[in-house]
Amino acid sequence: MAEPATTSNTTEDRLAAMTLPTGGWSDPARKAALTRVRDMGLPGRRDEYWKYTRPETLVQPDAPRAAVFANDEERLFANRDVLEIVFVDGVFDAAASGDLQMSGLQIDRLANAQDIHWASDLYGKLEGEGHYVPRPLAALNTAYATDGVLIHVTGKAEKPISIIYRHTKEDSDAVLHHVIKLDAGAELTLLENGPGAARFNQCMEVDVADTARFNHVRAQGRDHERRDATHIFARLGTQSAFKSFTLTVNGRLTRNECVIDLTGDDAIAHVAGACVGDGDFHHDDTVFVTHDALNCESRQVFKKVLRNGAVGVFQGKILVKEGAQKTDGYQISQSLLLDEDSQFLAKPELEIYADDVACSHGSTSGAIDETGLFYLRSRGVPMAEATDLMTLAFLAEALEEIEDADIAEELTERLSGWLRRRRG
Amino acid sequence: MLEIKDLKVELEEEGKAILKGVNLSVEDGKVHAIMGPNGSGKSTLSYVLSGKDGYEVTGGSASLDGEDILEMEPEERAAAGLFLAFQYPVEIPGVGNMTFLRTAVNAQRKARGEEELSAADFLKEVRAKAKDLKIDAEMLKRPVNVGFSGGEKKRNEILQMAMLEPKMCILDETDSGLDVDAMKLVAEGVNALRSEGRSFLVITHYQRLLDHIKPDVVHIMADGRIVKTGGPELALEVENNGYADILAEVA
Ligand SMILES: Nc1ncnc2c1ncn2[C@@H]1O[C@H](COP(=O)(O)OP(=O)(O)O)[C@@H](O)[C@H]1O
Ligand SMILES: [Mg+2]
Repeated sequence: MAEPATTSNTTEDRLAAMTLPTGGWSDPARKAALTRVRDMGLPGRRDEYWKYTRPETLVQPDAPRAAVFANDEERLFANRDVLEIVFVDGVFDAAASGDLQMSGLQIDRLANAQDIHWASDLYGKLEGEGHYVPRPLAALNTAYATDGVLIHVTGKAEKPISIIYRHTKEDSDAVLHHVIKLDAGAELTLLENGPGAARFNQCMEVDVADTARFNHVRAQGRDHERRDATHIFARLGTQSAFKSFTLTVNGRLTRNECVIDLTGDDAIAHVAGACVGDGDFHHDDTVFVTHDALNCESRQVFKKVLRNGAVGVFQGKILVKEGAQKTDGYQISQSLLLDEDSQFLAKPELEIYADDVACSHGSTSGAIDETGLFYLRSRGVPMAEATDLMTLAFLAEALEEIEDADIAEELTERLSGWLRRRRG
Repeated sequence: MLEIKDLKVELEEEGKAILKGVNLSVEDGKVHAIMGPNGSGKSTLSYVLSGKDGYEVTGGSASLDGEDILEMEPEERAAAGLFLAFQYPVEIPGVGNMTFLRTAVNAQRKARGEEELSAADFLKEVRAKAKDLKIDAEMLKRPVNVGFSGGEKKRNEILQMAMLEPKMCILDETDSGLDVDAMKLVAEGVNALRSEGRSFLVITHYQRLLDHIKPDVVHIMADGRIVKTGGPELALEVENNGYADILAEVA
């Protein structure tokens, strides 16, 4: 049977189901993005970067239903001194959110922003430039996003911003777009937590000016049936730092794309992810790091634990442009397959046009280390518990990429609790 | 009491016979030593007793205090009081030594229906025992055996043994790779644990460990069998004359 090719019908059917916001400063950017969507067409299985992940449910006009997960635990990142911004099924919840005022930065909502706005220089810009390979879902997001936050960081943010995405409706279909601009020397930690919606298309553009630092930690919620397509586009100036970590547990389909351009010398970009999937779970990390300056460092560290037929995908590229000498590029993607039904598909790519660089990449896929497991059991640790210990140990290398040790600890504790509950 | 009767073991994959009828009883409170040439099956015996995969028991039995241990999972054997100090302790990156020890101690307590040790009590106990073995606090924070020297790994095995307080301790070449001082430390650690209810099976190549840990009984193992059993003087005989005479005598 022939694979369904994406026809212009697929794209037009999807567009017809949405309303294009018009007017205001973002209008030209949205129209340009719409043109990009139509030119590229929404993803189909024939597309080079959609070979391992079926895009149909992400592009069909209506969101497939997703049961709302009854969470009985305290929210992640609670009890921290943070500014909380809450979206419920993609709709801003003012009552649940904090006051959007903080020293060191200015926050507006995309849905509210006035006619003249700093974000007009950035909205859709990094996304528009990030099409070394087509990313039509991101362009779709730019065109149709209903809301999001626009954060202009002018100094050291007083405290982290924590965006909480709640999912309450089985058929919610959310499209949010954030723009974050860090001025020279500015610093911000952004936390994100929650499933967002039954289907969630999220895009974040981050402009990190010289010597600025951006830390990002995200947990995608435990809803089993949700579907996510997320994009992060980041541009890094001289001596700036960008760190992003994503924890994914459950979810029927997740596609996290991250596109990073190192444009200033001596910049650092670290992207990492830990994911744990069981059963009807498909998780795809697609990362594209471009070195276009001297002496920059990039790291990609992705770990996936898969069982009961769960599927993990990693497509990671390091592109070193001509002249980007002294590049230090590292990429590792590993999966721990807890049974023979699970599957890991990896496509690591290096493309280097400079001669004085150190780039390495590695991808492995394997079962749990039997020798370690026996050692633990020989000390009296039961099989299930020993397996969990080994599982956490496997993920540790990714969790260690989190800048803030306290947050890393919180996520590790939570993961350990989830594994413990799972075995009953 | 550990009782091994006519134990026969093959490698599961190759079907190759390694243990060809081992008979051995270690009474409570006693220290037995097993010596023997390389490849005679000493480590295999220790692995089979502790429940490692890859071996098939084709005959005989092994019991601890009358309970058949060969039918148990490795963790059940541990909870029943069996402990193996590995010839090659395993490195487990990502698992903290402390977490590992506490998990093990509490898992065994739980399996025996005892109360778990509180975090504070546990810490106090580990610190005291680590100090006796000259294991510094930094080592406890590191992942299990990762970056440990050979001697540190062996001392870490003894620390685990001290924390878990097993009834039956099997030490597989715990002295190999140790210098004289480290060996004394290890021997002191073992001797401190000697008690009426606790027995030891000490596998070694050399007499020198047995100078420090005085055995009650010495066995010589060759080609998958215990070929000779005697008192401490047997170890001296091996030290002086090697195995050739003994093997010739029993052949
Ligand atoms: N997993 C294994 N695979 C292949 N051969 C093995 C394995 N384990 C043990 N053997 C073989 O079994 C015999 C006994 O080994 P071992 O028990 O390690 O002896 P010892 O500890 O007395 O030196 C040796 O011939 C060894 O090569
Ligand atoms: Mg051996």
